[in-house]
Amino acid sequence: MKGTRLNTRIRRVIATGAIAVAVGPMLAACSGGDDGGDGDLTEVKLQLQWLPQAQFAGYYAAVEQGFFEEEGLEVEIIPSGGDIVPQDALANGDVDYAIAWVPKVLGSIEQGANLTNIAQIFQRSGTLQVSWADSGIEEVSDFEGQRIGSWGFGNEWEIFAAMAAEGLDSTTVEIVTQDFNMNAFLQGDIDAAQAMTYNEYAQLLETPNPETGELYTPEDFNVIAYEDTEGAMLQDAIWADTDRLESDEEYEETTVAFLRAVIKGWAFARDNVEEAAQITLEAGSSWGPSHELWMANETNKLIWPAENGIGVMDPAAWDQTVAGALAAVNEQDQHLITEEPPASAYTTEYIEQAIDDLGDEVDTVGSDYQPIEVTLNEGGN
Amino acid sequence: MTTALADPTSPVPETAPVARSGHRRTWVARLRAAVLGLLGLVGVAGLWEGYKAVGPEEGVLVGENRVLPRTTDLAMPHVWDMVQRLFEPVTSLGDAEPLWRVVLDASVVSLGIATVGWLVGTSVGLLLAVLMQRVRIAEWGLLPWIVLSQTVPLIAFAPVVRSWGSRIEIAGWEWPSWLSVAVIASYLAFFPVAVGALKGLQSPDRIHTELLRTYAASATDTLRKVRIPAAVPYLLPALRLGAASAVIGTVVAEVSTGYLDGVGRLLVSYAGQASGDPAKAWAPIFGAIGLGLVAAGFVALLGALMRNYRRGEAV
Repeated sequence: MKGTRLNTRIRRVIATGAIAVAVGPMLAACSGGDDGGDGDLTEVKLQLQWLPQAQFAGYYAAVEQGFFEEEGLEVEIIPSGGDIVPQDALANGDVDYAIAWVPKVLGSIEQGANLTNIAQIFQRSGTLQVSWADSGIEEVSDFEGQRIGSWGFGNEWEIFAAMAAEGLDSTTVEIVTQDFNMNAFLQGDIDAAQAMTYNEYAQLLETPNPETGELYTPEDFNVIAYEDTEGAMLQDAIWADTDRLESDEEYEETTVAFLRAVIKGWAFARDNVEEAAQITLEAGSSWGPSHELWMANETNKLIWPAENGIGVMDPAAWDQTVAGALAAVNEQDQHLITEEPPASAYTTEYIEQAIDDLGDEVDTVGSDYQPIEVTLNEGGN
Repeated sequence: MTTALADPTSPVPETAPVARSGHRRTWVARLRAAVLGLLGLVGVAGLWEGYKAVGPEEGVLVGENRVLPRTTDLAMPHVWDMVQRLFEPVTSLGDAEPLWRVVLDASVVSLGIATVGWLVGTSVGLLLAVLMQRVRIAEWGLLPWIVLSQTVPLIAFAPVVRSWGSRIEIAGWEWPSWLSVAVIASYLAFFPVAVGALKGLQSPDRIHTELLRTYAASATDTLRKVRIPAAVPYLLPALRLGAASAVIGTVVAEVSTGYLDGVGRLLVSYAGQASGDPAKAWAPIFGAIGLGLVAAGFVALLGALMRNYRRGEAV
């Protein structure tokens, strides 16, 4: 009941908004011939799934290095604070492209959003479940009866997919919602905490152990990488509006140009990881420099080497993600999706075109990619 | 009895003009307020450190629920660590500013947005109140919606506001992202003003409004001469609530929409760094408290300016 009332309210609000939307362009049209002041650049909006940080280094590098501009694009990168859901912003037409994890968007697609994965930038899952070295939690099958940390909001599905693959009942674990930091784990409220290789795991290694006064080291923890389990799901991908891809040739061209610049951006971040971290710091990341560099380096590891070329979907990984999404049941007995996504859910057409266009100009595979060694300082500073 | 008379050592002669004595009394009152405020601050710090010193490391639990927090340095950093952290550079980057400076800059940005939100919200609230007072049917029609408007959760509202904003473009002017934050703040701020002002405008005794009718005063004159002055004692608490709502709305909406320059974003970002740098996470909280104090102080100033209309109210 409350839902209906809320919907009515929102609909009313939207109707008011619609007037503003209708009047806005009219006024804009009246002013006439004022658009595109900087030459003939096409304006593109890219919605991120979080605040600026090195996880998105390739996009910021493409802006800073002028790769988008070379392609005739003026790209505005829009951060999110959490309530702005990238795939919703894209489906609403607020932005042209969005970065989001595959399982979350699969859920949105099943609920009616018409979106297409045009580039699977992260080829590997960066999610870990971290426990203390003496906890005895060494693999997913040890989760039973434990307090398992997760951020929720669609970040928890790998846990349930991995548990389903082990034949574990999701109701046997207690899911504890995690904060932005690792304090709940450090203080013993969580037995195994969710952590991204590029962020929260580093937070642990930046924290002094109160017993020794020294920073924690990898030996202090057990780490389960979902990438090594059947629960692994594809993460950061670039999504586009399916209808516009099908009907709007200009949008298709923009998509390929956009991807060419993105590839150059990520190749730059691979070959100049320190500079890439500097770029995201200047773009507004608030992490300390050692944490930012760690993040840039770990993000590279999720992308490179890209055997099929950066962004090209590995069908096996897609199938595994879909299978995991179908199998996963959360602790409240809910499913993420109940049927296979439509064929339009991903395409490699545009990214392959972009890779072809670039030819030898850029190394799009990175077969000899080597990560650097990053030393974390206390607090990431 | 004046302070001067009460104090035998006072150099002020008994025949001192009343104005002088009154002047001195306000200074004593101000000094006392400042000392009390400072004592309060010291008291809070003392309570914090005292509990941290004697409280159990695991906090106090009633059954499964923790009613008092843990006393570890992670959960409750020492007061001096938090203060010291404020004066250290925000990161180890060569050109990093001290933490207090970053928090202050962000707080000023947030204050600006909250002010815009408060002004818009107050104007809308006052207009609605006047409309509802004048037109009975508007009150019946609008008031339930105004109450209902506050039940829309921010998590649903924030994306909608930003979504419209991203579509509005008037004559080359694009909707800036801070405006989405201000709109959300004003949405929270207009409510207490509308409800409080309506109550205030309806507060004059019938005998007063009827007196004005015998003078053949117009509705506008009645509004100006009777209703608005009578509404002031109701309006001030409403404005104070509105200011608090605007500040909270700004900080929450900044987090919600991913606005980068305000104190809300620092709250989230530094919370993410609270494991390795626990004292840093408290800096934006101090900034947010400062925002609230400035907002409350501003409304208190307004109250002082409208002192003449606050008869019958304990000032």
